[in-house]
Amino acid sequence: MGKTFAEKALGRAAGHEVTANDVVTVEPDFCMSHDNAAPISKIFKKIGVDKVWDPDHLVFILDHAVPAPSDKHAQNHKDVREFVAEQGIRHFYDVMSDGGVCHQVMCEAGYALPGTIIVGSDSHTCTYGAFGAFSTGIGRSEMAATWATGKIWFKVPESMKVNVTGSFPKGVASKDLILKLIGDIGADGADYMSAEFHGPGIEQMSLAERMTITNMGIEMGGKNAACPPDQKVMDFVRDIAKTDNWEPLWADDDAVYTKELSYNLNDLVPGLAKPHTVDNWGPIDEMKGETIHQAFLGSCTNARIEDLRGAAEILKGHKVAVRTIVIPASWAVYRQAMKEGLMDIFLDAGCVITNPGCGPCMGNHEGILAPGEVCISTANRNFKGRMGNKESFIYLASPLTVAASALKGEFADPREV
Amino acid sequence: MKVKGKVWKYGDSVNTDVIFPGKYTYTLREPEEMAKVALEDLDSDFNENAKPGDIIVGGKNWGCGSSREQAVTCLKERGIAAIVAKSFARIYYRNCINQGLPIVVSPEAVDAIEKGEQIEIDFDDGVIHTSKGDFSFPPFPDFVRGLIEDGGLIPHVRKSLGISD
Repeated sequence: MGKTFAEKALGRAAGHEVTANDVVTVEPDFCMSHDNAAPISKIFKKIGVDKVWDPDHLVFILDHAVPAPSDKHAQNHKDVREFVAEQGIRHFYDVMSDGGVCHQVMCEAGYALPGTIIVGSDSHTCTYGAFGAFSTGIGRSEMAATWATGKIWFKVPESMKVNVTGSFPKGVASKDLILKLIGDIGADGADYMSAEFHGPGIEQMSLAERMTITNMGIEMGGKNAACPPDQKVMDFVRDIAKTDNWEPLWADDDAVYTKELSYNLNDLVPGLAKPHTVDNWGPIDEMKGETIHQAFLGSCTNARIEDLRGAAEILKGHKVAVRTIVIPASWAVYRQAMKEGLMDIFLDAGCVITNPGCGPCMGNHEGILAPGEVCISTANRNFKGRMGNKESFIYLASPLTVAASALKGEFADPREV
Repeated sequence: MKVKGKVWKYGDSVNTDVIFPGKYTYTLREPEEMAKVALEDLDSDFNENAKPGDIIVGGKNWGCGSSREQAVTCLKERGIAAIVAKSFARIYYRNCINQGLPIVVSPEAVDAIEKGEQIEIDFDDGVIHTSKGDFSFPPFPDFVRGLIEDGGLIPHVRKSLGISD
């Protein structure tokens, strides 16, 4: 009987064959934390161990509230820096121009590698599955314990297979696929599962398009999400890999799945996740013409150079009708967007560009909503209060739909602009 | 271990942002501060009136969303004795065990339990006693029971590393 991706990756890490529902203990290749490295370091101290098991396995990337918007956030960053110095952690991305949103930096800097095990104290750690990594989010206590012992246990998940064929029609993006899929199976449709994406529809996608899909694996309850480590992945990681300990692994053709689904990209339409759950999907037609107050193009889901290019193509030569906040996913993306002239397009259109980071996505700064306001966002969550106010409304969409809506000041179809 | 308390009942997919709002993530650092904003964006009555020993009963996918452990810490610090749900989001489930907060999956019990009633949960025998009858559930595996009895993952790791108080 064939093995799933999760069985192969966790089996490689455990050093023996494993099957779904086995419990294994493994040493992660990388442990990622962001601003929450500070509270985790406080929990770590309570354990009573002086030094982390191996500082080279830890990666810290400040992104959730950067530069610090308050004295409390500043103290938090200071605590991270002190811990980094004390523990000799070299993989540290401070508020500097080599940083950005943690998941983007993990991928562009060569930590997200095929066949590796990566844990992160952020639920969107599942993004690295776009590169064939088994990556998953964990809580603060669990991260502190992993720093101390170098070990973490996993139940080998059962797997779900998503077969994707076809290619995107004009105006439709990979965000539309993942929002539709979550809408179809529900916010717990992949609970405790490893979600595997297969087929020619995935193979023809860029790595950026795949990252948008795996990023949202957690929004359907997935433990992880993964795409095949094909030539595109190999070409990308070969020269930037931060460790030699990686190996392309993928599911066997006769692997066993708990659930199988199929999507033809040609059948997709631009869609939205409506308040206040990610699985509350509707086609753009349903909301077209309703007023919005803010458009947000950013976050770990959709702020890569490909996303900015798509939005800029729509905005070029026009003016936005509502405040539009553009936050590139990293400084590398920011620099590339400058070189390509995209920043001029955004500025000419009236957008506000801020520094790379999480921005308003989880309600800390740079675009908090007022009561009654409606925001169309490229991020991954539309939970009540997510962007700082419980009486506001967040709609999730692709960068193309966000750009089209920004131009009109109302929900708009990117196929019609 | 047995707990007995008044029920606060909620629906499906109660997420980590409404349990502990993200805007407080880096401004509230102490558990007692976190406890004061628990469920602030979902239920102002809970926020004002929840008492130590109370029990939360939720629908399916309780705790979906962020890995934010404060969404467990705030309830534990508030004195919530247990959470019963139809299902839990994966990271939240692990965070509860790691914080030593006992949880039960029982869709049947959730359907039967009324808001505000007193229920008793016997974790040793695996039974929830409600006004509409008893509902059994499989007791925790030894590994999980050990973690909860030690008070959570951190004291458990200390013990396993031979570090004493």
